[in-house]
Amino acid sequence: MGLKSNLHNLKEKYKGTKMAPAFNAIHTFLYLPNETTHNGTHIKAADDLKRTMNIVIMALVPCLLFGMFNAGYQHNLAFGTGSSVAGGFLSPEFWTVDNFLIGLWKILPLVIVSYGVGLAVEFVFAIIKKHEVEEGYLVTGMLVPLIVPIDIPLWMLAVAVIFGVVIGKEVFGGTGMNILNPALTIRAFLFFAYPTWMSGDKVWVKGAVEQDQLIAAGESLDAISGETILGSLAQGKEVGYDVMDMFFGFVPGSVGETSTLLILLGGLFLIFAKIGSWRIMLSSVVGALVMGLIFNGVVSSGWITEGSKFYGLMSTEFWHHLLIGGFAFGTVFMATDPVTASQTNKGKWIYGFLIGFISILIRVFNPAYPEGVMLAILLMNVFAPTIDHYVVQGNVKQRMKRLKAKTA
Amino acid sequence: MGLLSKKDAKLITDPLADNNPITIQVLGICSALAITAELKASLVMAISVLFVLGIGNVVISLMRNIIPSKIRIIVQLIVVAALVIIVDLVLKAFAYELSKTLSVFVGLIITNCIIMGRFEAFALGNGPWKSFLDGIGNALGYGVILIIVGFFRELLGSGTLFGIPVLGDPIAKTGLYSMGYENNGFMIMPPMALIVVGIIIWVQRSRNKALIED
Repeated sequence: MGLKSNLHNLKEKYKGTKMAPAFNAIHTFLYLPNETTHNGTHIKAADDLKRTMNIVIMALVPCLLFGMFNAGYQHNLAFGTGSSVAGGFLSPEFWTVDNFLIGLWKILPLVIVSYGVGLAVEFVFAIIKKHEVEEGYLVTGMLVPLIVPIDIPLWMLAVAVIFGVVIGKEVFGGTGMNILNPALTIRAFLFFAYPTWMSGDKVWVKGAVEQDQLIAAGESLDAISGETILGSLAQGKEVGYDVMDMFFGFVPGSVGETSTLLILLGGLFLIFAKIGSWRIMLSSVVGALVMGLIFNGVVSSGWITEGSKFYGLMSTEFWHHLLIGGFAFGTVFMATDPVTASQTNKGKWIYGFLIGFISILIRVFNPAYPEGVMLAILLMNVFAPTIDHYVVQGNVKQRMKRLKAKTA
Repeated sequence: MGLLSKKDAKLITDPLADNNPITIQVLGICSALAITAELKASLVMAISVLFVLGIGNVVISLMRNIIPSKIRIIVQLIVVAALVIIVDLVLKAFAYELSKTLSVFVGLIITNCIIMGRFEAFALGNGPWKSFLDGIGNALGYGVILIIVGFFRELLGSGTLFGIPVLGDPIAKTGLYSMGYENNGFMIMPPMALIVVGIIIWVQRSRNKALIED
């Protein structure tokens, strides 16, 4: 007897009991169920929820793997134990086993905690509500480790995941009913609850926080500075990375968001698989460029001088904004979440444009927390139904007019 | 309770649970969000409202037959305002630090919907004793929620209760903090009070399905 029939038997055995949804979930997650419906005509669609989710996860895998290499690379770079020159995307100094293992050792626990805690919450709710376990957490569980700093304590992640899944999703009725993107809800919770672990120049490099504690305890070591590009710009400091570093992702940042190249590939994959909306991605990029150009214009017209605290980010060349911080990751993987985004095509253009526009606005005017894309997407999640409402009403009005013109 | 008839006792116990002014009537949310970051402030606020609502209800009830109905809101406002000023001055005299924490929110008791709501809905139509019980009951129902929210927000947000550290010292890293625990800064912000109130509403309604409205 294989695992499948074992699971099937277990499912039959526990049918009607409290635990039934849990066994059901494991069974349908791993295999195609044996049961078929007996009446009516059915169309079997290949793109069910599970397959959609799996494609997004596939698009995320390159970012995750790169994140592991980058974690090791940043660690070795900061501690002076590895090669300091990455030298191109395919350079052997970057893709070393050592780098990978350092990253794997730190990031794997993040992934396990994210999935373990999140799925546990989903199972508990499925059993309480007596409905099927939904696959909704599959993508969220993969997104969460990619958007947190590498040194975040695991218990904080666990608390945030519980909060995000319960308050962000389950209270609204579970997968498909949530107003806010659950992964970003989790990140926002961490961001406001434990700001020292979500910003600053230590948490982005593995080991920098511990080094800091050792220094505080009186050991004579060099402090590690792993400032992100956004952080440096917000403080008006020089940025030590060139454009290619930013594009390839050899920079400190949240685990999986640094490599714009791989995010771009993931985004193209999502577009060709017809899962991610190209309208949202494109309009968001346009929105960011427009806001960036406005700020560049303000700087070149001389309204903002170098003394201003907004100067650093305002004078950043407008297209650099696409490469730094979590903008690319948020636009490709978060803004396009089909549940929380606008549903109408016209609505998607407005929704995406405002995400890009507001992201850069928050970046510049909130130098204490320069990552604006998270807050911009959450804000627009709230407005998405309103946008859709007016788009639909506009359409209705237009057609009414046409009808009147015809019948008159 | 020999002192109170069953009907009178219900006036006090109902607002504590199944007709709670905050979680069921959804009144007085503003102050519940603003001042519940500390347990001490929650408690003082609860007592202040208890005083204002208990006495105010009696005063309005005594005057209910002589207040012309066209100007009754103005009369009610004057009564609340007078009582609130008394509370404010007492706090300033005897608990100055606390009155600074509560700042404008003591004054804003005047606009607390619970108070005007009880005047309008109960004191204008019932005798002074019943009105007194109703006022006490509603103020207690308000206070209970305030104290529950304040308890969780202060414990998780600052690691203290009534200002006394209970989880250890976050700076010297003793107690829970030595194991890497940290205070949850989000708990101190008003949005989290809304979420905590929301969770209380959720728990209450899932225990008593009759409270769920469509």
